[in-house]
Amino acid sequence: MTGEIVVPVVGLSALLPALVVVGAGGLVLLLDLLPPRASKAHLGTVALAGLVAALLVTVSRWGTDDRAFRDMVLLDNYALFFDVVICYAAALVVMLSMDYVGREGGESGEYYALVLFSTTGMLLLASAGDLIVVFLALELMSLSLYVLAGFFKTRLVSGEASMKYFLLGAFASSFLLYGIAMLYGATGSTNLDRIAGSPAARDGDPLYLVGLALLLVGFGFKISTVPFHMWAPDVYEGAPTSVTALIATGSKAAAFAALIRVLVVALRGLQPDWTALLWSLAVVTMTLGNLAALAQSNLKRMLAYSSIAHVGYMLVGLVAGGASGAGAVLFYLLAYTFTTIGAFGVLALCQRAGEEAVEVSEYAGLARRNPVLAATLALFLLSLIGIPPLAGFVAKFYLFGAAVRGGHVWLAVIAVLNSAVAAYYYLRVLVYMYMREPEAGGAGYVPSFAGGLALAIALIGVVALGVMPAPFADLAQGAVTPLLR
Amino acid sequence: MEHVTILMAFAFAAVVAGAMLVVPSLIAPRRLTPVKAQPFESGKDPIEITQGRLAVKFSTVAIFFILIDIELLFIWPWAMLYRKLGWFGFAEMLVFLGILMLGFLYIWQKGGLEWE
Amino acid sequence: MATAAFVLIAAVAVGSALGLVVRRNPIHGALFLVVNLGSIAALFLTLGAEFLAAAQVIVYAGAIMVLFVFAIMVLIPGREETGPDPQRPTRLLALPVGAVLLVLLVALVAGGGAPRAAGGPPAGGVEAVGRLLFTDYLFPFELTSVLLLAAMVGVLLLARRRA
Repeated sequence: MTGEIVVPVVGLSALLPALVVVGAGGLVLLLDLLPPRASKAHLGTVALAGLVAALLVTVSRWGTDDRAFRDMVLLDNYALFFDVVICYAAALVVMLSMDYVGREGGESGEYYALVLFSTTGMLLLASAGDLIVVFLALELMSLSLYVLAGFFKTRLVSGEASMKYFLLGAFASSFLLYGIAMLYGATGSTNLDRIAGSPAARDGDPLYLVGLALLLVGFGFKISTVPFHMWAPDVYEGAPTSVTALIATGSKAAAFAALIRVLVVALRGLQPDWTALLWSLAVVTMTLGNLAALAQSNLKRMLAYSSIAHVGYMLVGLVAGGASGAGAVLFYLLAYTFTTIGAFGVLALCQRAGEEAVEVSEYAGLARRNPVLAATLALFLLSLIGIPPLAGFVAKFYLFGAAVRGGHVWLAVIAVLNSAVAAYYYLRVLVYMYMREPEAGGAGYVPSFAGGLALAIALIGVVALGVMPAPFADLAQGAVTPLLR
Repeated sequence: MEHVTILMAFAFAAVVAGAMLVVPSLIAPRRLTPVKAQPFESGKDPIEITQGRLAVKFSTVAIFFILIDIELLFIWPWAMLYRKLGWFGFAEMLVFLGILMLGFLYIWQKGGLEWE
Repeated sequence: MATAAFVLIAAVAVGSALGLVVRRNPIHGALFLVVNLGSIAALFLTLGAEFLAAAQVIVYAGAIMVLFVFAIMVLIPGREETGPDPQRPTRLLALPVGAVLLVLLVALVAGGGAPRAAGGPPAGGVEAVGRLLFTDYLFPFELTSVLLLAAMVGVLLLARRRA
């Protein structure tokens, strides 16, 4: 091998949001080494500042179409939309953590650094234009989350959550990697655009199909669709509640971002195949998720199954296809993120006799002891059911509307029936909070400025998305246009 | 077949190792004494069998070893191309190592490398 | 010559993989795994992928196996796994699934759908890999360092004695 090496053009502008976040992560590590060593409260502030800065950068770059590193990193409106969702989720999680983590298990620099590294992975997943970047970003996100799930080292459930998440996540990653290898074997490229344009894509090469199936298995684990959902309840229950919120929102949004881009761009030739696959996945996922949620008495487990059901709803939008279907999924993810962070946030701020309060019975009579907190949780749960005028209602409306317009009437009917079933277990919590007598020493609110602020922001988001959804829906629609060119 | 020499080296190693296993069993005298039966012939009697739990720090060190090992793997092709890559390659590796040295500094300062 | 080398190495690879599955003593299994990884490295060499072969030996047969052996020593020193398998039905399910996968793969290869990367196989020498790594794949290369950094911090967090 001789010959000159052509030095590649390094375009850092397409990386800016991720660079800001990873830089903040490095800064947190450095500051952790400097005094004051006893108190770590300032590190949370640094992490929060980094995420807010990334959010501002993202918003300021809206409308650009930046490509860097030979189309490996794409910063288009699609990526920017997800960057906003992810940065919001991570920022709210950091605010919730500032008090919660210190109270439950000792704040440390590693915690915030890993949250930021995980967020970096999420941001890169949203802008990955190459399967190699998809894989590495997914690993960066997941690896940090595996560790964070086991952050409470003295609790067995936390260790169990970490171990299960790690083992099953590693399996999922290997499936994804097999799928990438198959696609590379069939097309000779890992770039999404070049995969779509390769001859194998047109001929319907069997390797290409196998690649699609394996990729769907890998992503199925990360977004927890039903045959691959077993880890979710245990991990959601055992992980620190703030980390659970990040796993349920940020990591899900990021995996969806990569999944939609891979399906719609690289595998658009196989749309009939993956539509059929996702149709059945959607039905099974929402039905089983909702049925299992009915049986839960632990609120974290209930929300875990409910989040599985919500993934089922989002798959409905992918099946519907086209700009309206994909746009509806993006809007749904935005609404779901605000609502879910809020619901887990309330759990993080509730305590009973020094322990976390997670059982439904512990919330009996909460409305009488703390009306504001009870009303907040009630609003989040009503939004998860899909009661107007909250975010969840509008999101479901767009999603099921897109399914009907796409000709999937039966799927929409199943989804609506599922939403009705889901109302039961959400309402049960409301019944406990508002109609039962308070137990002695039931759950109580632990005052926390940052946590309260996070809840307020999430609440404003839920209400704002529900009351005036049009501008946000337009943004979501605009975000998917770069994909469908 | 440019790798024949490597294969020959492996084959030679296999033959030597095999011979060391087989030849003594043919010609060596066999006398088992209690001292020989002990797990360690260091002159010190073993206190207990190593059943039970070992400290997690062994595996910590092993994981750090793997991480540094992977790092090394990336430096190898870089070293072969160093002159052709010029200053650009230097900057690339500086960024790569800079990020990893931050991690190294962190685990060092946090006492991750200390045995006790 | 090339075919003979392939058959020989592949036989060692398959044999050691079987040994890994069949042996009940975990340490023996680990040693079989070393042989297996080594023979895979030899297969890489016959394909001209020197860098992968070296990576296989340095990282897998070297570093990762050390961790495997550590883990076995820490958890079950020298003890054989005996007794009835508590998850036998689940494990038996692997047989039909594996058989289906095998049939699929054979059908794929027989049907002419064998891997065919466009433009022939890329060169696998250390320099060739380096060329790609430091130009086209510059971003994944730098991203790897962040991944390793996150791993370092994670190990420290989980393994340190006090919170």
